[in-house]
Amino acid sequence: MTATMNNEAVPETKRADWQSDQEVRWCPGCGDYSILTAMQLLMPELGVRRENTVFISGIGCAARFPYYMNTYGMHSIHGRAPAIATGLAMARPELDVWVVGGDGDMLSIGGNHLIHALRRNINVNILLFNNQIYGLTKGQFSPTSETGKVTKSSPVGLIAEPFNPVSLALGAEASFVARTHDMDRKHMQEMFRRAYHHDGASLVEVYQNCNVFNDGAFATITKKDSRDDMLIDLRHGERIQFGSEGQFGVVRQDGGVEIVNVADVGLDALLVHDETRQDPSTAFALSRLAFGPTTPTPVGVFRATERAEYGAAMATQVADVAAESGKGDLASLLRSQPTWEV
Amino acid sequence: MTETATEPTVPAVDRVIIRFAGDSGDGMQLTGDRFTNASAMHGNDLATFPDYPAEIRAPAGTLAGVSAFQVQISDHDIMTPGDAPDVLVAMNPAALKSDLHRLAPGGTVIINRDTFEERNLGKAGYKYNPLEEGDDLKGCRVISVPMTSLTKEACKELGVKPRDADRSKNFFALGLVSWMYSRPVEPTMDWIDAKFGGRDLIVAANKAAFSAGHIYGETAELGDQRVIVKAAPLESGTYTNVNGNTALSWGLVAAGQLANLPIFLGTYPITPATDILHELAKHKSFGVTTFQAEDEIAGIGAALGAAFGGHLGITSTSGPGVALKSETMGLALSLEIPLVIVSIQRGGPSTGLPTKTEAADLLMAMYGRHGESPMPIVAPRTPSDCFDAAIEACRIALEHRTPVMLLSDGYLANGSEPWCLPDVDDLTPIEVTYATEFNHKNADGEDEYWPYLRDEKLVRSMAIPGTPDLMHRIGGIEKEDGSGNISYDPTNHAKMVEIRAERIRRIEVPDVEVVGDTDADVLVLGWGSTWGAITSALGRLRGEGHKIAHAHLTHLNPFPANLGEVLKGRTHVLVPEMNLGQLSLMVRAEFLVDAQSISKVSGQPFTAGELETTILEIMNEEAK
Repeated sequence: MTATMNNEAVPETKRADWQSDQEVRWCPGCGDYSILTAMQLLMPELGVRRENTVFISGIGCAARFPYYMNTYGMHSIHGRAPAIATGLAMARPELDVWVVGGDGDMLSIGGNHLIHALRRNINVNILLFNNQIYGLTKGQFSPTSETGKVTKSSPVGLIAEPFNPVSLALGAEASFVARTHDMDRKHMQEMFRRAYHHDGASLVEVYQNCNVFNDGAFATITKKDSRDDMLIDLRHGERIQFGSEGQFGVVRQDGGVEIVNVADVGLDALLVHDETRQDPSTAFALSRLAFGPTTPTPVGVFRATERAEYGAAMATQVADVAAESGKGDLASLLRSQPTWEV
Repeated sequence: MTETATEPTVPAVDRVIIRFAGDSGDGMQLTGDRFTNASAMHGNDLATFPDYPAEIRAPAGTLAGVSAFQVQISDHDIMTPGDAPDVLVAMNPAALKSDLHRLAPGGTVIINRDTFEERNLGKAGYKYNPLEEGDDLKGCRVISVPMTSLTKEACKELGVKPRDADRSKNFFALGLVSWMYSRPVEPTMDWIDAKFGGRDLIVAANKAAFSAGHIYGETAELGDQRVIVKAAPLESGTYTNVNGNTALSWGLVAAGQLANLPIFLGTYPITPATDILHELAKHKSFGVTTFQAEDEIAGIGAALGAAFGGHLGITSTSGPGVALKSETMGLALSLEIPLVIVSIQRGGPSTGLPTKTEAADLLMAMYGRHGESPMPIVAPRTPSDCFDAAIEACRIALEHRTPVMLLSDGYLANGSEPWCLPDVDDLTPIEVTYATEFNHKNADGEDEYWPYLRDEKLVRSMAIPGTPDLMHRIGGIEKEDGSGNISYDPTNHAKMVEIRAERIRRIEVPDVEVVGDTDADVLVLGWGSTWGAITSALGRLRGEGHKIAHAHLTHLNPFPANLGEVLKGRTHVLVPEMNLGQLSLMVRAEFLVDAQSISKVSGQPFTAGELETTILEIMNEEAK
């Protein structure tokens, strides 16, 4: 490889440095705009190089994201972004690899790649834009659409149960799982920053409004006036408490967790959030609190644990073998089975 | 080189074909492999054909469970593992039942008599014991040996349990056959030490069984059976016995060295390609990373990701996996990224015959993607040629920034031959350059990087992530030539489709060589693993006075520039293929010649004999 990795101090950048020259072509009012803005504003703060940053996507509205970032990028094929990013991250561990996709891309056609990338703990940051609908194909139900939903492909109501992406990721042994939403730039940036700093695979579910085919899917919980009572902001080391007056909280109950009135149980009874718990069962229980999402829904970091990162471990194996047996010699390789002279 | 070679009393024969057949659990592949290596060390030319079932352990003693290994050894240059075996070693009734029909007239059958009892005979479908009744063995020379009991007897003093001793009976057979063909003993003894080192009882049992078999030959008045196949006058050099998948894996390693790039193999286990993963996983010291993915699609996806990052990206698979990977191949074609897809063909469609050979995926390699998506195809012709073909496939991929299909098959993958090792210093380096500087100015005169600016061969510029200033985005959506920006413009799409076709046409491949009677009216055109059978068959036909030319393709896309000339003016263009006529279809379409297909789709490779007969029939038909 001839690419020269730059060891000099990272130059300061501005938002404009991270904007590509391509015209952004999402529908006016799409939640994707605010996510893109959050990312372009965050990048200068992360202090990273544009040339060492790569965005890989699959297919769908969200998957256009790489075109708008002035970094390296690949807009690939439906569902396969986590697999392609896995190869890139293993081959080039010094790069910051981001994966962007929607709920259909990552949980339906690409579900297998997503769960295995999480299980292996590949060093990629996966942003799952969940709008609970297929947008680019104009309005079919997705694997996160709610049961009973009427769409063009379910005219009398959707039969199946949806995936809960956070529950799925935790079940797939993910070491970092977070949730945020497109109405809160600061919170998004905080989650993206945490994902960036996590060593291993990180999954951030972003509730994203599709104002054309599924408008208002998250309005009940993300609107400014209802947000306080509907979003449970998970903060490591703090009691899980929410509501405009802090009147609600979460306690352990019957092996799971449940929402209570603080007045009924007292502050000390509230569960203290520990994102570093190795046992994922509490994080899983928290992910099961919400339905819809039309009832109080946790956002923030559900889980952030340390575990061997696959690419680094593989690179170590390769290096260890090379150190032990020396650099490979082709002539010797060809003579590694019995030989004879004629 | 051996003491046996100097014994004056042993008559010499120029070649012999031996087929070891037994139950899947009988160790026939190991036995055949060991005999092959002893013969290779002895200096014979040889070719092997492992022929085994897909089931790991089919019910013991049944026809479905028969596993065979055929090897031809000779004192002259040979190209195939031979047609009809001169010797069949049948370790049980099922092996006799399934393989006896292959035996040459008057051939020898070596039978493990102990297994010919009611239960095993029944499982094999015999209503009687062919050793005692019936005409099955009429005309054969039968050597009936109680191998199991003699092996147990030989192991008794060693403290080996009878059941464990039973497992060594293949070494008895090996010892007996080694004696018959005057193979040296020491290499096999050393090999047993190395192979089973640390397991002393097994070492002792196998050695005792081998010796017992050897001694049996000397003492059982089989002296008239003993022959020697002298060393072949091979080109001087250092030789090793290599199978196709090993040679192919080494070729990939060599390509990484020649291109000075780390190798990334993204793959998923599938017969008969899995050995490539096993082999490459051993070679981390060459900077090889192997990634066993969650599925075929992730295997090629990860390889594509690594290639995007500047590594030599490779995926290995067989037919069903090629189907699954086709969308990603299309992406690589659209991205114009180097990628090598290794396909070891097997019998299809669907699961088909996983362990049997076929070459029916040529049209899939050629056309099996959506859209106009041309891809270079390279096909090796012998096990050792897999080494060169692998390097060639990587060279085209890297130098032309395109996915390339390396199309081998199960016959080459598992078959082996002596290989005169190349001098690695003679291998041509592979030129890989990645862009590091701006290559364009915009309307305002500012520097830009355009990923789809091309050189005279239409090869695009490629800057890999990590390269300062040259950030850019590529994707599967149609892009504008030059800038690489998304473009739905009709004229641009037409132009890009044409460029993608033309840049494959512009790949320079060597002219196809015509051998034999080059000006003959009859030309046999082959590709891939049929080379050995065609060469042998034509050798015989020429020996009988027939004039025939032979051309054999390594490059199936693009075709060699001289192929049209080579085909012109022949009365017959015959195309033997292990499919229903795929190359003949391509040749007819491309050159408007009346190519005639000679098909074989039985999961077995062509034999030289059947090709000889078929070609002769066609020629005689014409003469009438």
